[in-house]
Amino acid sequence: MSSATALSWFARHELRLAWREWFAMMTGGRRKRTRAAIIGLICFAALLHLPAWAVIGRFADLRLPLDKSTLIVISATIFLAWTLMLSQAIESVTRVFYARADLDLIMSSPATLANLFSVRIAAIALSVTAIAVLFSTPFIDVLVIGGGARWLAAFGVVVAMGLSAAAIAIAVTILLFRLIGPARTRLIAQILAAIIGAGFVIALQVAAIMSYGTLSRFTILTSGTVAAHAPDIDSIWWGPARAVMGDSEALLLLLALALVLLGSVMAMFSHRFADTAIDAAPYGIPGSRRAKERPFRTGSRQQALRRKEFSLLWRDPWLISQTLMQLLYLVPPALLLWRNFADSSAALTLITPVIVMAAGQLAGGLAWLTISGEDAPDLVATAPLTPSGVIRAKIEVVLIAITVIFCPLVAALAFASPYQAAVSAAAIIVSAASATAIQLWFRVQARRSQFRRRQTSSRLATFAEAFSSIGWAASAALLLALPIAGLICGLITASLVAITWKFSPRREP
Amino acid sequence: MTEFAAVRFTVPKHLRVMVASDAKPDGVAVMKPDSSALEVKGLTKRFDRLAVDSLDLTIHAGEFYALVGPNGAGKTTTLRMVAGLLRPDGGAVSIFGIDALQSPVAAKQVMAWVSDEPMIYDKLTPLEYLEFVAGLWGIAPSVSQPVAQDLLESLGLAPHRHERCEGFSKGMRQKVALAGALVHDPRLIILDEPLTGLDAVSARHVKGLLGMRVRAGCTVIMTTHILEVAERMADRIGVIASGRLVAEGTLTELRQQNGHADTSLEDLFIALVTLPEAA
Repeated sequence: MSSATALSWFARHELRLAWREWFAMMTGGRRKRTRAAIIGLICFAALLHLPAWAVIGRFADLRLPLDKSTLIVISATIFLAWTLMLSQAIESVTRVFYARADLDLIMSSPATLANLFSVRIAAIALSVTAIAVLFSTPFIDVLVIGGGARWLAAFGVVVAMGLSAAAIAIAVTILLFRLIGPARTRLIAQILAAIIGAGFVIALQVAAIMSYGTLSRFTILTSGTVAAHAPDIDSIWWGPARAVMGDSEALLLLLALALVLLGSVMAMFSHRFADTAIDAAPYGIPGSRRAKERPFRTGSRQQALRRKEFSLLWRDPWLISQTLMQLLYLVPPALLLWRNFADSSAALTLITPVIVMAAGQLAGGLAWLTISGEDAPDLVATAPLTPSGVIRAKIEVVLIAITVIFCPLVAALAFASPYQAAVSAAAIIVSAASATAIQLWFRVQARRSQFRRRQTSSRLATFAEAFSSIGWAASAALLLALPIAGLICGLITASLVAITWKFSPRREP
Repeated sequence: MTEFAAVRFTVPKHLRVMVASDAKPDGVAVMKPDSSALEVKGLTKRFDRLAVDSLDLTIHAGEFYALVGPNGAGKTTTLRMVAGLLRPDGGAVSIFGIDALQSPVAAKQVMAWVSDEPMIYDKLTPLEYLEFVAGLWGIAPSVSQPVAQDLLESLGLAPHRHERCEGFSKGMRQKVALAGALVHDPRLIILDEPLTGLDAVSARHVKGLLGMRVRAGCTVIMTTHILEVAERMADRIGVIASGRLVAEGTLTELRQQNGHADTSLEDLFIALVTLPEAA
């Protein structure tokens, strides 16, 4: 087999693996669900056109040349999408390094490793780009339907963004390996991905709060201050925005730059890719993480379970990065609270839905980790404890963690508005309890490391968890502004949770 | 049990105390198998086919019992039902006189389960793992901490006791799991293929420790594919095929049942398990 044939064969192999992984994620690993997954995907894509229309529909008539303010908004939106792609790409690259899978086979083969890893880098770039294209399609569709075929150029911009995000992610991850070593890179990369994904939006919100006392990021983007400091209209910095609008010259330049960037990363890092993977493989060798000697602690069996769960949660890199992200999302409302402390402005009301939703989401993740993600199920099942005692201890861990995280914020809110604090506290408890209950009803035995795929075990549970968090957040917000509407919304959300329970799998008593 | 003699072990301090009450002059206690540790009657489990078929089994206290059989014979299913990990479709399980189906918590208090795939927590150290297990069984720290230290010492894990288990080899993980099963001092230990994937040194460590436990009065039930281990270690061997116990007894008794006084366990095993399959 010639070198070129071998490479194309390896490329096909990589694409097949990527496709099967994605397909398994969509169908939960069950081939029988293929038709349901396809129908679900089509419905989801169709439904996504509605929010896309609401968010972006009014921009469909925009034409070049644009004023500076519009260029700023479009460029910021492109940059926001790019940071999200970068965040996802860093996560993908880290996963490739740490998952041994076929690395032994590849590295023991007589093939030129630099070439094979070039193909692997390209495959990562393609998968990141494909997902970006998939999610951006409804938005671009809306623009094409409303404003004409010239908006199709936006697909080219998405491709350029995906390729460049993957290239930067690979470079950043390999550099992290070199700088801080494989043992710390996994955690730092996950935290970095979380910060990059959320950082830009939060920075805009913080700037808007500090300058205008509002959570809306568009306020800062359309302000005169930003326009005054932005480059001139004919600057090269507006290239991506022009490319989206159908400027073919800008689009070609953008695509060329992305390809050059990816090519450079492949040339520079493909030979280091193997070294990095080898370094990552023995991550966690004995001696890498040590704990101090301390006496065994006394307590009940449930206390032993709770202590174990807290230790594992505290040492979970995913959870730390996710909690950090949730806390990052809480920075703008906390800032808003601080700014409006003495004032009972309507802006303060916005804090409640944000924290209620964050509590629901975090509780869902924690509940999965404690209830489903049990690494030693046989040990716990053969321990002299009743199953209900085990479940109760695990639920307590989730609720204690949520209380510890959200108590300071509610306490601060109590000084500004005791009524709002009471409503927020109640909604946090209900939202966290609902997410925990959904995870309990749909629990499946899994390893904690499978957290990334938790959504595949039950689509219904995933959607129910998301909708219950949103529902309780909306109910709390409405209860503050329009109590009757809040009660109705609360009843609808409670019904949704009840329906989810009705559809949950039956278990042996 | 010649193999035990070949392994040099320091008897953990807590075991020395336990042994002392029944000690013979040479310091080794041997409990007579005069009462049943496990009694199984008519145990039945069906998945898509009958996995365990009205199985009757009695294992005496202080006995080392090996359950052997071909793949899919029902060994693991039987032991998982005994350990309370699987609900039987029919039958009764009694552990030291406790009805394990009616009073599972009381039954679990006196037994330990070790599976072939060591299930431990990657983010805990061996010592933290043992603290957790002892806590689950409600053992006072003043008792469990020295026991845990002794176990890690005797299993060669003492240098790694403060390291997280995430980088441990299969053998080390299996030894941590075994230490977890022993830290609460169970009267009955159930092991499903505990030697799978272990190197010779680790396997010898595990066998030595189990032998020592049996000598201290503990009952051990073990499934194994390694017939040589069953032949050397077990007081009695049960052969299971198609969910039924097809033969049981000491090696001599099994040979007598088969009519060949000098045949190996491997030959006996093949002869016994091919009969029900052919039927």
